[in-house]
Formats: sequence, C-alpha cells, structure tokens
Amino acid sequence: MSVDSATVVSISGLTHRYGGNPVLSHIDLSFPAGQMVGLIGPDGVGKSTLLALIAGARTLQEGRLEVLDGEMGNRRFRASASPRIAYMPQGLGKNLYPTLSVYENVDFFGRLFGQDRQERRQRIHDLLQSTGLAPFADRPAAKLSGGMKQKLGLCCALIHDPELLILDEPTTGVDPLSRRQFWELIERIRSRQSSMSVLVATAYMEEAENFDWLVAMDDGQVLGSGTPSELKQATGQETLNEVFIALLPEQKRQQHQRLVVPPRQPVKGEPAISASGLTKRFGDFTAVDHVSLEIERGEIFGFLGSNGCGKTTTMKMLTGLLPPTEGEGKLFGRQVDARDMATRNRVGYMSQAFSLYSELTVQQNLELHARLFHLPEGGIKSRIDELTQRFKLENYRHNLPGDLPLGIRQRLSLAVAVVHRPEMLILDEPTSGVDPVARDGFWQLLVQLSREEAVTIFISTHFMDEATRCDRISLMHAGRVLASDTPAGLCRARGVDSLEQAFIGYLEEATASSSANTRQAPVSATNTDRRPLQPPSRFSLQRLFAYAHRETLELLRDPIRLTFALLGSVILMFILGYGITLDVEDLRFASLDLDQTPQSRDYIEHIAGSRYFIRQPDITDTAALERRMANGELSLAIEIPPGFGRQLKRNRNPDIAVWIDGAMPFRAETIYGYIQGSHLAYLTDLSLRTYGITPSLLPADIESRYRYNQDFKSLDAMVPAVIPLLLVFIPAILMALGVVREKELGSITNLYVTPVTRLEFLIGKQLPYILVSMISFIGLVGLAVFVLGVPLKGSLAALSLAALLYVTATTGLGLLMSAFTQTQIAALAGTSVLTLMIAINFCGLIHPVSSMEGAGAIIGQLFPTTYFLEASRGAFTKALGFSSLSQHLLPLAAFIPVLTIASVLSLRKQDR
Amino acid sequence: MGFGDNIFQLGIKELRSLWHDKVLLVFVLFAFSGMIYSVSSSTSMELHNAPIAVVDEDQSPISKRIIQAFYGPYFKAPDLISQRDMDRSMDSGQYTFVIYIPHRFQRDLLAGKQPGIQINIDATRMGQAFIGDNYIQYIISGEINEAIKGYRSEYQLPITLTTHIKFNPNLTSAWFGSVMELMNVITMISIILTGAAVIREREHGTLEHLLVMPITPLQIVSAKIWANGVVILLATILSLLLVIQGLLQVPIHGSIALFLFGVTVHLFATTSLGIFLGTLARTMPQLGLLMILILLPLEMLSGGITPRESMPVLVQDIMQLAPTTHFVSFAQSILYRGAGWDAVWPQFLALLGMGVVFFLVALARFRKSVALG
Repeated sequence: MSVDSATVVSISGLTHRYGGNPVLSHIDLSFPAGQMVGLIGPDGVGKSTLLALIAGARTLQEGRLEVLDGEMGNRRFRASASPRIAYMPQGLGKNLYPTLSVYENVDFFGRLFGQDRQERRQRIHDLLQSTGLAPFADRPAAKLSGGMKQKLGLCCALIHDPELLILDEPTTGVDPLSRRQFWELIERIRSRQSSMSVLVATAYMEEAENFDWLVAMDDGQVLGSGTPSELKQATGQETLNEVFIALLPEQKRQQHQRLVVPPRQPVKGEPAISASGLTKRFGDFTAVDHVSLEIERGEIFGFLGSNGCGKTTTMKMLTGLLPPTEGEGKLFGRQVDARDMATRNRVGYMSQAFSLYSELTVQQNLELHARLFHLPEGGIKSRIDELTQRFKLENYRHNLPGDLPLGIRQRLSLAVAVVHRPEMLILDEPTSGVDPVARDGFWQLLVQLSREEAVTIFISTHFMDEATRCDRISLMHAGRVLASDTPAGLCRARGVDSLEQAFIGYLEEATASSSANTRQAPVSATNTDRRPLQPPSRFSLQRLFAYAHRETLELLRDPIRLTFALLGSVILMFILGYGITLDVEDLRFASLDLDQTPQSRDYIEHIAGSRYFIRQPDITDTAALERRMANGELSLAIEIPPGFGRQLKRNRNPDIAVWIDGAMPFRAETIYGYIQGSHLAYLTDLSLRTYGITPSLLPADIESRYRYNQDFKSLDAMVPAVIPLLLVFIPAILMALGVVREKELGSITNLYVTPVTRLEFLIGKQLPYILVSMISFIGLVGLAVFVLGVPLKGSLAALSLAALLYVTATTGLGLLMSAFTQTQIAALAGTSVLTLMIAINFCGLIHPVSSMEGAGAIIGQLFPTTYFLEASRGAFTKALGFSSLSQHLLPLAAFIPVLTIASVLSLRKQDR
Repeated sequence: MGFGDNIFQLGIKELRSLWHDKVLLVFVLFAFSGMIYSVSSSTSMELHNAPIAVVDEDQSPISKRIIQAFYGPYFKAPDLISQRDMDRSMDSGQYTFVIYIPHRFQRDLLAGKQPGIQINIDATRMGQAFIGDNYIQYIISGEINEAIKGYRSEYQLPITLTTHIKFNPNLTSAWFGSVMELMNVITMISIILTGAAVIREREHGTLEHLLVMPITPLQIVSAKIWANGVVILLATILSLLLVIQGLLQVPIHGSIALFLFGVTVHLFATTSLGIFLGTLARTMPQLGLLMILILLPLEMLSGGITPRESMPVLVQDIMQLAPTTHFVSFAQSILYRGAGWDAVWPQFLALLGMGVVFFLVALARFRKSVALG
C-alpha cells in the first residue's frame, strides 16, 4: 500500500500534445500523500489534462507517471488501480446521467464497482445523509442546482472508498454558499479518512488558500509548488492571486496592470434598461421570478449568481431572444420587441458560450459583423484596424478562433459586440474560465467603454472580484433578485467586510426555510473498515448489467424518442407496405385510330377492357401522340393504320403499331408483356368468333406457376420486405447515438476511469436497444398479420430467432458507427446514408442480390439485411419451417461477433 | 439595399462554413458521384442475370436446345437440378425461375400431342417475376417453333403487332437508375445540410447571436437556402455532366437548362423543408429519427422507384403533397422524353407553392425554436 510512502503521484518528464501542440511540457512533480493538493492556474493551461492523465482517463504519451506505486502507462496496473482512484471531471455533473435520479446515479457507480445490493443500499444511505442529498434521492440529476450536482458527483466518486480522490474544478460556477458547504464536506470526509489523498484543480484563488500544498501552472508548465505560505514567502506577496501573477514569466506579467475603476459621472435621462416584474416559466419551473431593475446610462451593472439561477434567462428576455411569461422589459424607454431593428442597432450582445463562427478567421468574423451592421463599406477597414489594435488582436487576424486561447477569444467576442459602436452592451458571463491576467485586461476595456464612451454595460458573472468592480449589482438566486445595491452598500447592509460574505448571508437567509432541516450528519464510519483490495475481474456480468440497467432507465425517461421509434416504425410500415408496389396497373393508354372501322374499334375496345389499362381520349394525330407521350400523360399508345379492317377481312395480315413509354424500364417491360398477352388473347377470341375454333398458337403448353404469392399481391410481397428495412433503420439510428452522445456529453469518462471493460460497456448499452427492437418486431409482425392481413405461413419461432440475431446485428452496426465517430452529426449522417443506401439498393428488396454485379453484389452479401429479407420472405410467404430457415440464421449470427469486435477495437479505453 | 446585402453576407458565411467542414464535403461529393455510380451500375430493374434452373426429365435434343437458349445478360446460365431439389432451392431463394421439362416432352411434341412445360416462378420477387415469365415464354416458344420447323406447319398470326419503345429503346436501366439516384441524393443532401445547419448554429449559440443583431429570421433563412442551394445545384451540374453523361453514358434528350431550373425550384422546397425540420427537432438524435421518417417515404413513394399510378389512390393523393413526386415527374419528362416548358410548368408551380408553404412555416417557427432553447 502506498499510504506509508510520502508521495501519492510522481511525475517525471511528462509531455502531452493535442494535434502537435504541447499542452503539458516536461513536467516533473511529486505530490505528497494523504494531503489536499491544489492545482492553480487559469483555464487551458493543462491542469485538466494533468488530472485526467493521473486518473487514467487519458493515454500517457511521453514521460513517466507513477500513481499509488504503479505505472499508469501499464494497462494491467491501470485496471487494478481503477477501484482505488476516483475522478470527478470538470463541468457541473459532467459524469452524471441527467435523467437518472440522485439515488440511481450513485447506485450505478456502486454496481460498476461490484458492490452487492445490501452494501450499495447501506453506502448510498450514508453518503446521501452526510451530503444532505437524502431528501432529494428521487430527483433527476438534471433538476439539481449546481452545488447539489457537485455533491452528487462527490457521492458517486466516494462510493468505492478511493485512496486518491481527483476533483477537477469542482466548484466552478457554484454559488458561494454551496461552495463553502462543499469544502466543509470534503474536510469532514478527510477527517474520517486521513489516509485519503485529494487532488483538486481550481480557478478560485481564495479556495486554494486552505489547501495543504499547491502547484501553480501556466502554459503547460509548473511555475512553482509548495505550501501556500511557502509560496507567499518566496514571492513576497500577500494573496495567492498576487502570488500567481508574480510567478508568471516577465513578459506576461507586464501585460498586467492594477485595475482602477474611476468613479462614474451620472448621465441624465431615462434609464437604459428597465425591467418590471419580469417572469419566465418553463412548464412548472419558474426560471425567473418577478425581476425588476433599472440601469442608468453609462452604468456598469452586474448580475451575480450561480449557474442556473436565472441570469442568462433574464438577459435573453431583455434582448428579445425569449418572450417573457409576465412583466415587461424596456431598452432606452422602448418596450423590448424582437422585430425592433432600430433598437438592436444600439445594443451589443455577448452570450455565455463563445458564439462566433469558429470556421471563420478573426478578420472574417469582424468583417461579417461589420457588414451585417451596415457600416459604410469605406469605413469597415479602418474600424477593424482600430478594433484589432485596441483589443490587441493584430497578431491573430488570420487565425481561426478555435486555435486561440480563451482570453483572446473573449476579446474577439467583445470586439465583435462593439463593432457597430453600440450604446449598450449585454454581456453574459464573458469571463468564465479566463485567467486573472486576461480577465483584468478585459475589464480594462469595459471600464474604458463605460467611462470614456458612456456605454451602458450589463454584465453577469460568478466571480466576486468582478462584482466588486461594478457600479451596482444584483444578487440572484433561484430566479429571484435577493438584493440590489452598490457592492459597498450590500456589505454595509449585512455588516460584513467582503461581498462574498454578504452574498452568503443573503443566500442563507433565502434558503433558510427550505434547507434548514438538512442537518449534515458526519460521514459514516463504514469508510474505515476498508475491504481488502482485489483487482477487478476481467469480465463481469454485473458491470455489464449495470450499464444495461442504466441505459434502460435513460431510454424510459425519454418517452419522445421511444414513441418516435416505435410509432415511427408502425407509420412507415403502413406507408411503405401499401405504397411500394410492383404491380403495374391503371396504365393510361389512348389510340390513334386512322381506320375507324368496326374492326379497329373492336380491337381497341378489347385492350380497353383489360384491367391493366385505362382508356384516355383518343389521339387525333401523330403530333398529339408525340406530345401526349412526352409529357407523361400516356404510357401506351396504339396506332391502327388506315385500311386495317379491310386487310383483316381479306386475311392480308395487317399491322398494328404500339408505342410504350420507356422512361421507366421496369414499367415498360411489364407493359410490353401485358400488350403481348392482350394481343394474343384478342386473336384467340377473334378466331373463336369467326371460325368457331380455338387456334393452337404453339404445339406445346407453357404453364406459368406463380409460387408463394399466387395472386401476385404486392402487399403480401412487400410487407415481409419492409419489416427488415424498418428493423435496420430505426435500431441502427437509435443505437448510433448511444456511445457518441456519451463522448460529446462527457459521461464517457466513466468508461475510462472505472473497472468496466469496453466489451461490458458496449454490450450493456446494446441490450436495451435489442429489447426495444424486438418489441418493435413483435408489433410489426402483429400489424402485418392482424391489421394488414398478410398471413404468416411459416415458423414464427424461426422468424423470431432470425429477428433477434438480425436486430443484434443492426444495433451492432449503429454501435460500431457510434464507437468510431466523434460527433453526433457524423454518426447520424454516416448511419443513415449507409443503411438507407445499402438496404434499399443492394439487399434484394427489389432486385435479388444474385442478379447484381460488381461492388453492389459484394456489398449486398456483406450486409445483414440480405439474409433477414430472405428469412422474412421465407417465413411469411413460403411457409418455411425451422430447418429451411436455418441456412439464413448462420450468416446472421456471424455478423454479431464481427461487429462487436470491430466496435471494441474502435472504442478507446482511454482518451487521447 | 441593406436587406439583400445581409442575406448575401450571411450566405457567404454559410459557404465558408461548408468549405471548412472537409469531412462533410467529401461525403457530399461521394453522394453525388460514387453513390450514383455504384447504385446505377450494379443494380437493375429490368431482367438482368436472373437466377434460373431447369429440371430436365426429358434429356432430349429439344430440351437441350431450350436450356441453351438461356444466357446473359437476361439470365444466368441455367443450373440443372433434379426434381427433388426443386422445392428446396426455390424455398431458399436460390432461383427465381425453375423450368420443368417433363419426361417424353420431345416425343409428345413431335407427335402433336400438345405436351406441357412448366415455369415455376418465385412471385415474392415481383420485380423479376412477371417480366421474366414473358421472356421465358417467348424464348421457349421460339425454340420450339424453330425445332419443329419442317415437321409441322407454322401458325401465322392474323395481325402483326409492332412494338416501339420510346425514349429508351433498349430499356437500359442505368439510364433510369442514375437519374433517379441523383434525385434521391439531391433531396437527401439538401434536407440534411439545411436541417443540421440550423441545429448546429443553435447548439453553438451563433443563431442566438444573430437574432440579437438587426437581422431578421427571414434573412437568416433566406441565406441558408441560397447558399446550400447553390452548392447542391453546382454538385448536380457536375454530377449530371461528368457522372451521368460522362461515365455512365446516359443520353439526355431534353433541355438541361430547363431541368436545372426545375432543380432550383425543387431545392427551394427541400431546403425550406430541411430548415423546418431543424426548427422542429430539439436535438440531433431527434433530427435523425425525424429525417428517416420523412426521407424514406419521400424517396420510396415518389415514383422514382416504383410506378406511381399503381400505388393506392390514397398514397398517390398524399404524395401529391411531397416535393419529390413532382420532381421525379418533371425530371422524367424533361430528361427522357425531351418535354418542354409547356409540359412541366404545372409541376414547377406545385413545387414553388410547396416551397413557399415550407418557407413560411419554417420562418414562423424559427424564432420560437430558439426561444425554447
């Protein structure tokens, strides 16, 4: 055990690159064991990458990394170490499952670590009690506040008694009260379990003051490490913020200057922004609850509050993006109206996430917006030059925003927002994730705009130090404004020194009624009787079912998708079953009768009597024939030459010409067959009427036996073919997003850092979709037999077995796509194109696979639909039993291991 | 000037975005070239390589003669099987046709006893069954007539039927398949591109950004339509000239300019539809399912795969509301039958009407869909 040794992590020569750019370069570090170690530094300096590497979530590229006495580069060690490490990735509830309840989330992690039901119940009970989440056990994770999400994340991390707890910015975006509670919780846990090492990354310097040991990082490098007091001593600074700036390289430090906000000269006139009783409800959830405020011209007005407290929603209502449920907002004295273009010209807006076009360069983005605001063409260049200079963007003009550090990107966003010299700026959390130096630079610009150009600035933030710079602020919590005043005024009102304490005071007051009873019990003692650690088994059904169980819950919680999938297949079955028809009937024909004798009319009447043809008005001349065939009105034209009747009577073998529309070859061939048949039938009939005998046209009888579908009914032939189609499209599309969605949303981390293997993960996720597809199959067969009246003549058991193998293969196909791609759109596009194109064209739906040539034939044979289509037709129309159908089962079964292995190989157990 | 200028600027932005997404571009290019080529060159609607077998109980010169009469490209070389294997091989779908020539066929034939010959047809393969039956009857009767020449007098038909196939005299299926696949690709790509563009902009927050600027949804929607439309139109031209006319050697009768004008009208309808779907779906997974639900009937029932007039009247009526139906209809008229403006204007008008409706609905939903978050 490593607890005795002095270090829990030791790193030497560690370098990590993304796409060639180093994010970590030559890191040498070791972290003391049993302590609370903090990584400080702005976003994008490599903190998260370093933590992910330590947790085993990312693949080690270069250097040595020893965690808990073992090499993280060693796959076997990683597998055995994963139960001893817990990792909570960055982002609120990033590794949680939003539709699952609090209890179900923790329970899922318990299952992954192989705990039995009894043990899980006991542990979850203890954890929820001690974190104060017990009253919310049944609430879906998505509906928790930021602070509660982080507590839930902690519960999930602690369920298996880790020796090393890794927390990546656990309190970013959380309100100060919850933040304080969070750290108190961590303290209590550590006091119970002193051997546990905790590794935390944070952007809040105040928090870091209380850590045992710190590592300051910038630009992928370690600036310094030691206890907080050691660092302060070494740099001769008082606060960690200053320490950090002091540790920065000379060049960066120079960019920094102490920010001074000059006092504001009040501007007369009506308020720039005013809101009264602004309310927004989404269903039964009130996001913004009667917010009223007034912002004067030239004022910097701040909105302070945690994520999800309603700041963004309020701002969106004031910009006209969201219509309010109640109340009204006014800009420059005019009611907010989405169609009011004049007002929009006076406002600049910067949304929370970076919302410029990442595929356009800095210059192109600026130009686009300048043009969209109709700056005079001659003035655009000079304005952009001015802005790039003022916002220090000259060196990045031709870069894509995605390649720029966050701080520079935010400057670009601001530059874009002011390109048209607006009188007002609405900025939604413009600085979240930006480092202190860049943040100060950003504020410098804001102050200039406000004080020198009297621009009104409405800004939201969750940083206390930024809030203190505003002229006035509103404290927001749970959709309501708790208090509004100048920062100093708020402190005075609560009789405290700092804004943070004032905010906590207001929060405690506001939440006193709701959460007073959630007294937080001490963390239970079960954590002390540590079980002997054994490496996790290589394959565990329990872990597999943990994923299957979870996926099922998620599927059930998304009824739209489920009904869409089930109902969609029923609708399509109707449309396609009835609609795709290979009967060729109701063909429009007309005659050009140049003879006009009883004989010619007799012949035309005979053709018109056929059930295949519908007679149209007669053709008058050859030009009309050409025209009416060209515009598609006629599929068939019959021309009877002059003198036909006379020649026929004299046995002179007259000629009749027919014209068939060849635009659609299949239809033309069929028409050709029909007209030949009709012609012969007419001759037989004629001979019978004239001579009283049936002529023998051929010395032998050719008898055609249409088997399996004697009536040649399209529905009976198409329905068994539509079922295989529907069972490939919908299961594959459903499954295709299964894995890639976790990749995009972040919960894929749980695959990286828990003992679950790729095979367990994939099969676990696949099982519920197989089940859904089988339900769909049963529904489709039921629909076919009972509603559409297509008899199932063969073995239902064999067909069902084939269907089971088939949907396993088709979901496997979606799974492979999902494991292979990185974005949802790619998975979607790839799956739909492949399945649509191959299944419709190459699998025997209309032309048998055996008639195809070249690539098509090979593709057809390598696609499961080909085999199930034969099985389905065999069972429905050919009355085949188990033994006859078994030949299709084997190839279907063969797809399953191939697809599964390919999926496992395409999926990574660690991130890059 | 400002109104149109914004549309132009936003459209240029849209083009830059597309150009930036190389994976998507490759995919679009493949759809317009490789997909059309492989679909039209490897599948066929008319009889082609039909799998056939003969049970020859007679083993006579005439039966041999009949067997030898089946060859490519219509039929594969027939397999000789025993009567015992006949049912099993048809059950398994190995053959679409099995011809049964009974014992003493030749003797009875020459004796004028009118012997029977049987064609077993797998009617579940409706695409081949009927046409193949006609061909087989024709071939067998031809061989028999030829074989007994001199033994018996021939029967002369009192009326001769001369058949002319217009527009595609040899009924080459690649002619039909390639153009129909091109239409499927045009429809699919235009809906995917615009639908996903809306969802992507919403996910990245750029749509929100545009909506707080002095830009109307009308301008945003129009920009997406013209930019994506131009790209697809360009791809269509290249595909038509290089792949269909060039590689696949399909002769085109009508006016390509008129066809492209029609494609433009069609694109207006489908891109508007795509944007409408983009405002309807909340997430990419929902867009995916929605797209399958819409695209599948749109492509399968447009008349581009099976003849329209044979569909149930209800389906025909409903499909009157689908842009693809009119698209396929005018494309066949222009490209195969050489029809002119006077023949296709009703379809153009219908497409234009649909486009306007989709456009207006998409516009109405646009701001609302952003508000829903």
